[in-house]
Amino acid sequence: MSAQPLHFVSPAQFRGRVSEALADDGLRDNFRSAMHFLRDKRASQFPDPVETEALRDLGEAVRKHALAHLPALLEKLEANLQARGVEVHWADTPDEACAIIHRIATEAGARRVIKGKSMVSEEVELNHYLEARGVECLESDMGEYIVQLAGERPSHIVMPAIHKTKQDIARLFEQKIPGVGYTEDVDALIHTGRQVLRERFMQADIGISGVNFAIAETGTLWLVENEGNGRLSTTVPDIHIAMMGIEKVVDTLEHALPLASLLPRSATGQAATTYFNLISGPRRPGDQDGPRRMHLVLLDNGRSQAYADAQLRATLQCIRCGACMNHCPVYARVGGHAYGTTYPGPIGQILSPHLLGLEASRDLPTASSLCGACAEVCPVRIPIPSLLMRLRTEANRAPGAAVAQPLAGQGASFSLGQKLVWRFWSGIYASPGRYRLLRWAATRLRRLAPRSQMGWTQHRTPLVPAARSLHDLMKARARGRPGV
Amino acid sequence: MHAVRPPRPDQVYLFGTCLIDLFVPEAGLDAVRLLEREGLTVHYPPAQSCCGQPAFTSGNPDEARRVAAAQIALFDQPWPIVVPSGSCAGMMRHHWPTLFDDDPALQARARDVAGRVHELAGFLVEVLAVDYSAAGGEPVTVGLHTSCSARREMGTRVHGVQLLSALPGVTLDTHASESECCGFGGVFSLKHADISGAIVRDKVASLSAVCDRFVTADCGCMLNITHAAEHQGRPLRGEHIATFLRRRLEGAA
Amino acid sequence: MSARDRILARLRAAEPGAPVAPPDVAGYYAQRPRPTPAERLNQLCVRLRASRVDVKLAGPHDWAPVAAGALQQRGVRRLALGTCARAATLAAALPDTVDTVCFDGAIEGWKRELFETVDAGFTPASAGIAATGALLLNHGGALPRTLSLVPPVSLVCIDARDLYDDLHHAASAQRWADDMPTNRVLVSSPSRTADIQQTLAYGAHGPRELIVLVITDGETA
Ligand code: SF4
Repeated sequence: MSAQPLHFVSPAQFRGRVSEALADDGLRDNFRSAMHFLRDKRASQFPDPVETEALRDLGEAVRKHALAHLPALLEKLEANLQARGVEVHWADTPDEACAIIHRIATEAGARRVIKGKSMVSEEVELNHYLEARGVECLESDMGEYIVQLAGERPSHIVMPAIHKTKQDIARLFEQKIPGVGYTEDVDALIHTGRQVLRERFMQADIGISGVNFAIAETGTLWLVENEGNGRLSTTVPDIHIAMMGIEKVVDTLEHALPLASLLPRSATGQAATTYFNLISGPRRPGDQDGPRRMHLVLLDNGRSQAYADAQLRATLQCIRCGACMNHCPVYARVGGHAYGTTYPGPIGQILSPHLLGLEASRDLPTASSLCGACAEVCPVRIPIPSLLMRLRTEANRAPGAAVAQPLAGQGASFSLGQKLVWRFWSGIYASPGRYRLLRWAATRLRRLAPRSQMGWTQHRTPLVPAARSLHDLMKARARGRPGV
Repeated sequence: MHAVRPPRPDQVYLFGTCLIDLFVPEAGLDAVRLLEREGLTVHYPPAQSCCGQPAFTSGNPDEARRVAAAQIALFDQPWPIVVPSGSCAGMMRHHWPTLFDDDPALQARARDVAGRVHELAGFLVEVLAVDYSAAGGEPVTVGLHTSCSARREMGTRVHGVQLLSALPGVTLDTHASESECCGFGGVFSLKHADISGAIVRDKVASLSAVCDRFVTADCGCMLNITHAAEHQGRPLRGEHIATFLRRRLEGAA
Repeated sequence: MSARDRILARLRAAEPGAPVAPPDVAGYYAQRPRPTPAERLNQLCVRLRASRVDVKLAGPHDWAPVAAGALQQRGVRRLALGTCARAATLAAALPDTVDTVCFDGAIEGWKRELFETVDAGFTPASAGIAATGALLLNHGGALPRTLSLVPPVSLVCIDARDLYDDLHHAASAQRWADDMPTNRVLVSSPSRTADIQQTLAYGAHGPRELIVLVITDGETA
């Protein structure tokens, strides 16, 4: 029952996958009801708007403070982890990160890896990399395990298998796990997963985990989870490798506390998760268990590009709670797979352009009505709509145009035609005379309004201008003919 | 109960917005009538056009700046500027000043203008404290849709609820997912027509489940929802809040 | 240049942002309403019970028999213990039907046995957090991490004097940052998951049951 190679999908096929997703009524219903469930759960955790806003202010302040001192904090984290016996590795690219981990596995002669939940490992496609080199990699988070068994990728950053019904999972287990019959009983399904994975925890040579917050001052990795698989992955195997994006560091233990309150409440509507797992190093003399060796892999992969720009830097405030996707009208309709990125939904739309370049992700910044539901719930107040608009601007910018901090793929959506349309548009609307002409033409020739108006008429009847514009009506009124 | 009310002006500007100008002009006229009913003189600078939002949100700030700059020059007197659209008011209030980071003089003017911008419903409630208890008309149930920027940038939903619930004979019905976007989003509805279409389909369905007529303070959403409903052959009708209020005040059904 | 140096150099070359003040975390927690000790205890119990924790209150002299009873009731036959004083007290109170095994050697010596034959593990907590209903386990040394993780039943005791309003009060009063054990764990329920169609199920990978014994001084009970 080895893991399947995962197929890389690209955000370049966004539009095609959107059409497929929208045509799948069952999938849309799953997502809609799951999102409403999660929205209600979150709301129940934030009953008092005054407390909520004060805590969000604090969360934002913590993250902004950490980012303002990011290079120094990373060095401090590294030094304190090393002092506790943790080996710290830095990776610029996904390939570098995978190679580091493969090297650790090779040197230890390790063949079996068990994984706690780590979105960074998804981002670098670690399973694929290791499997191709003969190292077995098994996901142990129930949702991740289900998704891996199905040969898919997570569709949500907190609930990876949210696109699946229990019937889907019942069929999957029946097909893929020897000796397991069809049952829709969730307790029974979870029990099956538990049985399979417990054996694997015992046998694994390496446990890989993500990191929710890294505390520079104490050299501590803070992991948040409900299932216990994160604790098992970081405790039972002989080697523990943690992976994190370089933005995840905070200065002090005290700074992590408001984030630890915001994260579960925003993500799953829990006051706290079952476990907060604070790891400060491998097994010490006198300890009876815990990994004997511990590593941390720090990944950049485009984050320093977001960091370079004072506005886009806010992208890195994210604590990956998923609330923005749970509240997003687009995500709720198209689901996580449509985006073709590791991080779907609003956070993915502002983060992926840095990870993958604007060329590959050019459809993502525009796939938003800018309704602002994401920013309204974001526990660290990332101004997602403003960042989307900024990315649209960078995608529209002429490819060679000189700017202080050019983004990879700058100008990916540049088109001379589009540019001219907007020039023309602004030429009309900035000139009272030309705008008067437009009004005249639109109102007098209204019967000629086209029946097909770009995307508008796919789902709506055509727009037809009024017979007299407001300008006309106001002018007539001023002449003392208000009834006109 | 209320915080200190801003001083009551006797003159105001009306910024009619491009959508109202060309597609729903009677809403603009009704806004004028509502303001005049309170004894105000309404000035409508004839050189106005658009707040620049379509260019701004689609990632064309240069063009937005050009259009915004032409508007900023039109509001010389220190009067409030009333806008019968939450999203345009939000653009003017919150985004105009950010457009002119490179031009301190224009930015100062943009700030001054932005500080005087009010969304119509908010202005009626907060500044004019209107009394609509004498309104009439047949008993009617209406839904209320608040545009996302009106809700989040201008805090308009409460004003709409306050105005409508004060009208005798009007029952306000809250639809499911009331706070969710209608899917308009300007160029989003053209660029991602299918997603926008899926969102507005759900909005039409949840409004239709509670009413056959809804009121909104935003023409973009109104056109989006009503034209989608028409496309689906649903009898859902939408009306700008200014028109609805004016009709009730005239005692019409 | 190494990846490390490249990354740090890029970060250092970034456009400067607006100045940021250090966050006032202590200020935020200080202005929150303070519960009385009785409210604190009540809050902890309510929160834990809402997460399907079996909470029992007992005095300093009868907590061990109460705990033993809870284990017996669940049919626990083999209990793993650390080497602390509380463990010794509990062991003395156990009936003959419950066997004990002392976790005082490296896990490698008995990994499979631990996974397959131990029904319950006992771990004393160092703090209780009322606001979220959580217990602090300072793992390492005499308190191996797997004790509270691998056996299907987890038994935790907490002294009512060690209850705090929230994480911040506990962390500052006990000066957590000054001395981090290898593994500090806050636990608030049996292990659980909602990964299948948002349906909550207990006993995902860790314990299926969590029994918490709050040892009161007799008055707060
Ligand atoms: S952007 Fe905000 S809401 Fe979205 S995942 Fe990150 S922290 Fe959560």
